[in-house]
Amino acid sequence: MEVSEFQMSKHESSNLEEFIERIKINILELALSAKENSSHFGGSLSTVEMIACIFNNFIKKNENNNTTDRHRFILSKGHGCLAYYAALCDLGYFNKKELTTFEGDGSFLLGHPVINRNKGIEFSTGSLGMGLGLGIGQAISLKLKNINKQVFVLIGDGECNEGSIWEAAMLAPNYDLNNLTVLIDHNKFQQTGSNEQIMNLGNLKDKWTSFNWNVIEIDGHNIDEINLSLKKSFPNQKPKLILANTTKGNGFSFSENNNDWHHRVLTSKNYDDAMKELLK
Amino acid sequence: MIFDHKTIKKFSMIGSRATFGLVVYDLISEIDDLIVLTADVSTSAGLDRFRKNYPNNYIDCGIAEQNMMNIAAGIASENFNVITTTFAPFQTMRCLEQIKVNLGYMKNKVTMVGLASGLVLGPLGFTHCCIEDLSVIKSIPNINVISPCDTLETAKSVIASLKTNNSTYIRLTGGSNSQIVYKEDYNFEIGKPNEIIQGDDICILANGPMVANCMNAAELLKEKNIYPSLYNIHTLKPLDENEIINIILNSKIIFTVEEHSINGGLFSSISEILCKNGIFKKIIPLSIPHNYITSGSYNYMIKKLKLDPQSIAERILNETK
Repeated sequence: MEVSEFQMSKHESSNLEEFIERIKINILELALSAKENSSHFGGSLSTVEMIACIFNNFIKKNENNNTTDRHRFILSKGHGCLAYYAALCDLGYFNKKELTTFEGDGSFLLGHPVINRNKGIEFSTGSLGMGLGLGIGQAISLKLKNINKQVFVLIGDGECNEGSIWEAAMLAPNYDLNNLTVLIDHNKFQQTGSNEQIMNLGNLKDKWTSFNWNVIEIDGHNIDEINLSLKKSFPNQKPKLILANTTKGNGFSFSENNNDWHHRVLTSKNYDDAMKELLK
Repeated sequence: MIFDHKTIKKFSMIGSRATFGLVVYDLISEIDDLIVLTADVSTSAGLDRFRKNYPNNYIDCGIAEQNMMNIAAGIASENFNVITTTFAPFQTMRCLEQIKVNLGYMKNKVTMVGLASGLVLGPLGFTHCCIEDLSVIKSIPNINVISPCDTLETAKSVIASLKTNNSTYIRLTGGSNSQIVYKEDYNFEIGKPNEIIQGDDICILANGPMVANCMNAAELLKEKNIYPSLYNIHTLKPLDENEIINIILNSKIIFTVEEHSINGGLFSSISEILCKNGIFKKIIPLSIPHNYITSGSYNYMIKKLKLDPQSIAERILNETK
């Protein structure tokens, strides 16, 4: 993708990179806090840069999530909540102590998000295939109320096995929802194997294009490409699909493209190794 | 909306589905944040005029019920008053998990209207008949479950559901020219059973179209000097335990009559209340057996299941002799 149309200043860029690093540190804290409960490590790391860019551009720090005049973000692939919680914590929706209650008894931060607007959690997700319909509902509502805000929905490529994703993909362009952006975290893996092994998705770009979406394919770890794709507008009224090619377990040598890290216990040693890699 | 004799008669002539459409059309003038979602059933739900005149308040999701429930929840979360509707099996079981997560777990408020439930679509077979809806929706927390007994009660259920904070499932049954239970307007409250006939120590608890059949059965029983009391248990959830206990306290025998599977419907709910409170009275269930019987016309099936007035009367007579 051409990135010349939009370029961050050095200052903006370094702020964003620092934000991404803090998200990754928080992810490690979360995964360690989950202890033997395990956590969805790989599919969270593939989304970090996308979540960072969406929050950095659109979701204001400590914005009151009960007001209507705000952008919406839905993590439809709810199991990837580590990156989501990590970003929300960094933005001040809750503190580090609360962050480390993750998956603990009575915690509000479970292994799949539970709706909690005061803490920045838009919906309860985790049952795959539902977030896109919720986002369509919000996008329709914003249009009806003439509120000029956007809805971002992050879905997984494995999630695209669900029929309801395609029900929603078919509907959205019929309602001219140019306030809706869907990002696919295309890390090429799902729970028990590669997309190819479990359910070959074919060419996702062609599929969504044929469903009448404005499709942009990007490197999902390149912040310039993500920012440009998020800000790019189209002359028609159709919704936007960002097909983000990503690496599952991105950022740490032991987890990159290693599907054992789909849902796994992060040991203290793993944590130390990861921190060393991150801070070197 | 004024429910005078003329309106009540019109409702019964056009049936529950068209009544629902009329009521929704009327309500849009007072509830301007009303949004109706369907899965390609505008004409089946009596909503064609609504669709044409209020295109901004009507969303056709196509034949995709799971997506419809997700979108409904998304819109409800933005503080619109949302109705979804399609045929009962597709409004309940086809999208059950979406109902659980969006309405039960997240408590987004949506009023769901299941069309042509029970056996009224008998000639179409059991893909379209629905004898499980009350049971499956009842199992999900935070959702009211209503089975109106006639077309006036259908109208009143829709209005009450839009005004309450909880999600509600409303089960529409019967066809056109349906029997009137309430000849004039009455007080309808979600969760509060209504007395239809004051009788002696034989107690009939019924819901949906079986209330009318039990009224007719009671007429037949008069000839035998049997005077059962009859209650319309229109709301299956929430069900006020104390109200039910008060109703059955002085009865020696109880009949539950429902156009629904014996599992998880009215019989189950009443049995649970009695057991839980240590009240040991005989309850005779007149329900649909836990099976898919040979289909046919509505009257054929109702007679076969012995849920017609004559069979209900005979059963009561035999059990109380």
